Amino acid sequence: MAEVSLRKVVKRYDEVEAVRGIDLDIADHEFVVLVGPSGCGKSTTLRMIAGLEDISDGDITIGGDIVNDVPPKDRDIAMVFQNYALYPHMTVAENMSFGLRLKHYPKAEIKSRVAEAARMLDITDLIDRKPKQLSGGQRQRVAMGRAIVRNPKVFLFDEPLSNLDAKLRVQMRIEIKKVHQKVRTTTVYVTHDQVEAMTLADRVVVMNHGRIEQIGTPNELYHKPATRFVASFIGSPAMNFVPCRLEDVGGRLHVRLTDRLAFPVPPARAARYQAVPRSEKLLLGMRPEHVTEARPHTEPGIEPFDAVLDVTEPMGMETLVYFTLEGTQICGRVNPNAGAQDGAPLRLAVDLNNMHLLNEVTGVVL
Amino acid sequence: MSAITVDKAGPTRKVKYGSISRDRAWALRWSYFFLILFAILSLTPPLYMLITSLKSSAEISAATNPWWVYHPTLENYIGLLTSNQFLRFFWNSAWVSIFVVTITMLISVPAAFALARMKFWGSATLATGVFLTYLIPDTLLFIPLFKMFALFGDYTGIQLVNRWYVLLIIYPTLTVPFCTWIMIGYFASIPKELDEAAIIDGASWFQTLTRIFIPVALPGLIAATIFAFTVSWAQFLYPLVFTTSTDQLVLPVGIITTLIKGDVFNWGQIMTGALLGAAPPLIIYAFLMDYYIAGLTAGATKG
Repeated sequence: MAEVSLRKVVKRYDEVEAVRGIDLDIADHEFVVLVGPSGCGKSTTLRMIAGLEDISDGDITIGGDIVNDVPPKDRDIAMVFQNYALYPHMTVAENMSFGLRLKHYPKAEIKSRVAEAARMLDITDLIDRKPKQLSGGQRQRVAMGRAIVRNPKVFLFDEPLSNLDAKLRVQMRIEIKKVHQKVRTTTVYVTHDQVEAMTLADRVVVMNHGRIEQIGTPNELYHKPATRFVASFIGSPAMNFVPCRLEDVGGRLHVRLTDRLAFPVPPARAARYQAVPRSEKLLLGMRPEHVTEARPHTEPGIEPFDAVLDVTEPMGMETLVYFTLEGTQICGRVNPNAGAQDGAPLRLAVDLNNMHLLNEVTGVVL
Repeated sequence: MSAITVDKAGPTRKVKYGSISRDRAWALRWSYFFLILFAILSLTPPLYMLITSLKSSAEISAATNPWWVYHPTLENYIGLLTSNQFLRFFWNSAWVSIFVVTITMLISVPAAFALARMKFWGSATLATGVFLTYLIPDTLLFIPLFKMFALFGDYTGIQLVNRWYVLLIIYPTLTVPFCTWIMIGYFASIPKELDEAAIIDGASWFQTLTRIFIPVALPGLIAATIFAFTVSWAQFLYPLVFTTSTDQLVLPVGIITTLIKGDVFNWGQIMTGALLGAAPPLIIYAFLMDYYIAGLTAGATKG
């Protein structure tokens, strides 16, 4: 077990920079998820940690040792691939023990380690089967088993659940979390699915265009996004952004969305935004759950307004409502009993205690 | 056609195929027609060989129905199989083929692995080059090759011409490019993650090749082996040019040079020899046919 750090790591392919200087420290036992859209450099970063890609610049250390030029087999890592990458001609047991057999471990130890991992992953019955006789979920378990038996310093997961159907993905997600709770191996996990990132990670690293946008716990990223990219990437449905500007009305700071619609900024927030120039073009960021139906007794900071709904999407426990504000589509989440109907007006309320203000040009959250 | 018309017609109405199944039926008829046609075309010569091999020389030259054996005899078979010379040709062919297959595989499998997986400077060009080599007709090469071996003999004193083992150097120039090409295609179809997983598991390049790639690509390997064997077993031009002494000859050349004496053709023995010569590839094909087809198609679509 070991910590992993990346110092100004760069990956260049001819002219293109896939990874543009990444600094990241992963603590021992930590479960870190790299998340971002495709092409953001997350897989490349993982493969550089694995040693499958050379690094163009910077340093990678595993357990305190710089491993820039250390071949993958000497880095003491194990990797789980998206398409499982099981050896098709070997049985489950042979697949799992391949690494140990190459290192000439004693037969008895190999056997006990394989049995232990198989028990942990609930694949003891499948041990003599070939990969093609297994379902997708079983294959992924075997791939994890192959990583576990090696007892490496670091686990690397490259989108391991992308090939599974939605239901199985949820199940395997829990499985991965359980395994990590048991073995406590430092883990770096790559995914493009923000739900996977949020549910699995101790800390999430959001990447975009080869750079790290933000590092934080799932809750930090959700409630305190640093940039517009993070704010819109984390959370589903995504955060709403409405062009706005600040103005002072009667000595109180207001956020003006349209000529007719302006909300007073709650005092707790007003202090933070006081210094922002009033002429600056801003975006108001609101999560859908902070746009709800108006209730008779509103708390401070919750401001009602009227909207005509374009579309409603009943989800069972809630109804998603979509309406347009100055040409921008807004999504809100209302109680299924609030009477939301397609094309009908509804009195809504926005919770400004959870508002975000962003610089429209730079995308930085203020 | 609505359902009502069908009801009116009742159960006596003839079952009518849809247009798709009608097309299919015609396609089947045509394919059977051509399959049978080509089967007849390709099976007639071996059948004629078999018939002739069972006849005595007298019967062959007699003006009787050439497609029928009136007095079947095994004298041609006995004659050849007890002839030291024929057995010598047979063994020469066998040794040459076994050695050539071994040499070919030892070269082309690692070469294909390197060209398919280790991205080094010029590897793509080299892979194409390997294929282009195969496109050069053998018949263009035998004169320069002969000249090279003759010069080699002049300068070093090591005489390779008219030794059966010269064929071990020459045949691989024909088999290695094609086998490498087949194997490149086959190796390329193995997902990249498989060797990455092996590398992370601690395998060296060589272990990745022997423990992962060769077992996974076994059908392709067998296809390449059969190809190399067929080429070296059936090769005629090169052994004809490079070997002349009767004890150095391989089967195809041996049959022609010893069983045709001047203008006297010993047809019975020629046919018997050819049939016996065709037996080993036939047996190998029969056993490995499924692998051979799987290997050829995989090589065809990938790479």
